[in-house]
Amino acid sequence: MGDAPQPGPVKTTSDEFLLNVGPQHPATHGVLRVEVTMDGEVVKDIVPHIGYVHRGLEKLFENRTWEQIIPYTDRTDYLSAIANNFAYVMAVERLLGIEVPQKVEYIRVIAAELNRIASHLLWLAAYGLDMGAFTPFLYAFRDREEIGTMIEEASGGRLTTNYFRVGGFIHDLPPGFFPRLSAFIGHFGGKIDEYDTLLIENAIFVARTRGVGVIDRERAISYGMTGPCLRASNAMLDVRRDTPYSIYPKLSFDVPIGRNGDTWDRSKVRIEEMRQSLRILRQAMEGFPEGAYRVRVPRNIEPPRGEVYAAVEGPRGEVGFYVVSDGTRKPYRVKMRKPSFSNFCALPEILRGMKIADLVAVMGSLDLVVPEIDR
Amino acid sequence: MGRFLYDLFYNTDTVLAGWSAAAHASWAAHGRPAVALDVLFQLCAAAAVGLFLVLNALFIIYFERKVAARMQLRRGPNRVGPLGILQTLADTIKLLIKEDIIPDAADRGLFRVAPVIVLAATFMLFVVLPFGKGLTAADINVGLVYFLAIGSLTVIGILAGGWASNNKYSLMGGMRSAAQIVSYEVPAVLTVLSVAMLAGSLKMGDIVTAQPVYGYVLLQPIGFLLFLTASNAEINRAPFDLPESDSELVSGFVTEYSAMRFAFFFLGEYTNLFLAAAFATTLFLGGWRGPLLPPIVWFLLKTYFVVFLLIWVRWTFPRLRVDHLMQFSWKVLLPLSLANLVVTAVLVKAL
Repeated sequence: MGDAPQPGPVKTTSDEFLLNVGPQHPATHGVLRVEVTMDGEVVKDIVPHIGYVHRGLEKLFENRTWEQIIPYTDRTDYLSAIANNFAYVMAVERLLGIEVPQKVEYIRVIAAELNRIASHLLWLAAYGLDMGAFTPFLYAFRDREEIGTMIEEASGGRLTTNYFRVGGFIHDLPPGFFPRLSAFIGHFGGKIDEYDTLLIENAIFVARTRGVGVIDRERAISYGMTGPCLRASNAMLDVRRDTPYSIYPKLSFDVPIGRNGDTWDRSKVRIEEMRQSLRILRQAMEGFPEGAYRVRVPRNIEPPRGEVYAAVEGPRGEVGFYVVSDGTRKPYRVKMRKPSFSNFCALPEILRGMKIADLVAVMGSLDLVVPEIDR
Repeated sequence: MGRFLYDLFYNTDTVLAGWSAAAHASWAAHGRPAVALDVLFQLCAAAAVGLFLVLNALFIIYFERKVAARMQLRRGPNRVGPLGILQTLADTIKLLIKEDIIPDAADRGLFRVAPVIVLAATFMLFVVLPFGKGLTAADINVGLVYFLAIGSLTVIGILAGGWASNNKYSLMGGMRSAAQIVSYEVPAVLTVLSVAMLAGSLKMGDIVTAQPVYGYVLLQPIGFLLFLTASNAEINRAPFDLPESDSELVSGFVTEYSAMRFAFFFLGEYTNLFLAAAFATTLFLGGWRGPLLPPIVWFLLKTYFVVFLLIWVRWTFPRLRVDHLMQFSWKVLLPLSLANLVVTAVLVKAL
């Protein structure tokens, strides 16, 4: 990549000037810094600087027991804690060779899809703010609040849930969860249509996002983009569909894709995905089986020697955990594959030659979560 | 007493003229020069306008926050005073007693003057605003030209503020504002011209009285919309709030401002909102005229209705991009307002 951070000040000619966006800028949504060389309002070049919230998590994991790592996975991406729990727990279970009961799989899928909707809602809210529309923010938060309540009843946490365990859960789903869920499924479809017409189909919004920040299929794949950002570029890739896990093969859902790979497509794909998540939730609720909510595993897990890669489709793309065990109570190595990092790498490529206002539109449409980039 | 109150509200011009005449008579009896009295009267008018400006801004900020909250499933301010009505006052006091920070790299003189220019320009616009029958500080016969000329003075203050802050975001905000206000001035002037042609006068008072009962809005529906759009852009409000778009330019030209100087910009902004609505009311909605209620009440009702429309727009739409903004002005608003002007001219001549 030709955009590695350069030491020393970036050279500018007399018509150009350097604009430092971040680390504390409203549009970076976290501590992220990009050095933008500008010619008037036009972006000439862009150099991203990351690492402001680097915590050395992967090294930290090597000094924790297998179970102690789960809460840390929440904190890599605080908006999709459940997707991270899911991928990690699945990797450890594969190492151990555990088969979890059907009911556990159903609860996991329900939680993961609720988490996807919550994450997309927060993206919608924040993106609305980026585009200068304040009102959708509060609408999206109203619905996200309901999901928060459901997740909280089930796990005890709203954001960093620490919900999944190796082998299942600590508790069964609480009573009253399904009435709440079916009420949510009942009215949320109409809300999605409302956001679609209020923001996504709004003429000003379309004018600002159509044809802006285009990345074509090949380029997107070569940067390793995944999730809605890749699917917007007309590439059909969804871990749920391509490398099926849990009960996803039993469920019928579409994988929405965009045609042009522009900012608007990325937005539209996320809206469509929320509709598909609703479909999945409805099916999971109808087919919900009776049974145990966990299998017994030893208090201190010591998986046999070996290595496993497990990935799930998170809200931002492929969330993968590559775990290596040397047969002890602590992992030998845990490598996290995080979608925001790869998606962010494509930013300079997408942005060159655009307006400063597009910087905000494009950065928002990538749905970056900074702690996930830095880890 | 009742008679006096009735006259004060419904025949304000005669009451004021009566007072003026009485004062002039006693002034002359004491052998004092009449000019001094006129100056005194003007000072009183200026003080009244100043008081109105501050109170009105306090109310409009509260009004906007409440309306926005309604649209956004919130309650809005509800802690300070009954229904939170004193919230803005508390905020103002906070701003007034905060530390006034001037950045080291700033152009100190210009930095200090900029907010004053903005506020002064908005203050001066009140001079020709007809609040009611005869309730105009100075109903000069080129009132409309005065309104357009002074109205675009704000840009100097904003540009000066952006420049003097010596901050890239501020400068870009200031530049955007200059480009925007100058561009949207053109369609605004053209639509106002068609009103002037219909009324046959540039005097604010005449324009109000020349209108039919239903106002010019029915004769000039496109003109009204054009004027509203253009003036919404001129006062830098969403969806045209690019000069201070917080997600791109942090706070645009007010980024470096704090305390009282920030309050000045803020006061100017909300007063401009009121003025845009007030002039839309005067030019298109029949100004202070209306049945039963006193003129001043009609004027304020209509104005706050237009203010409500502008608030509604602000909290509904996303922001335009800067080049779309310019295109919209030059490619859409300008041709439309020119066409509107030509059609109006032909019709006025033919009928």
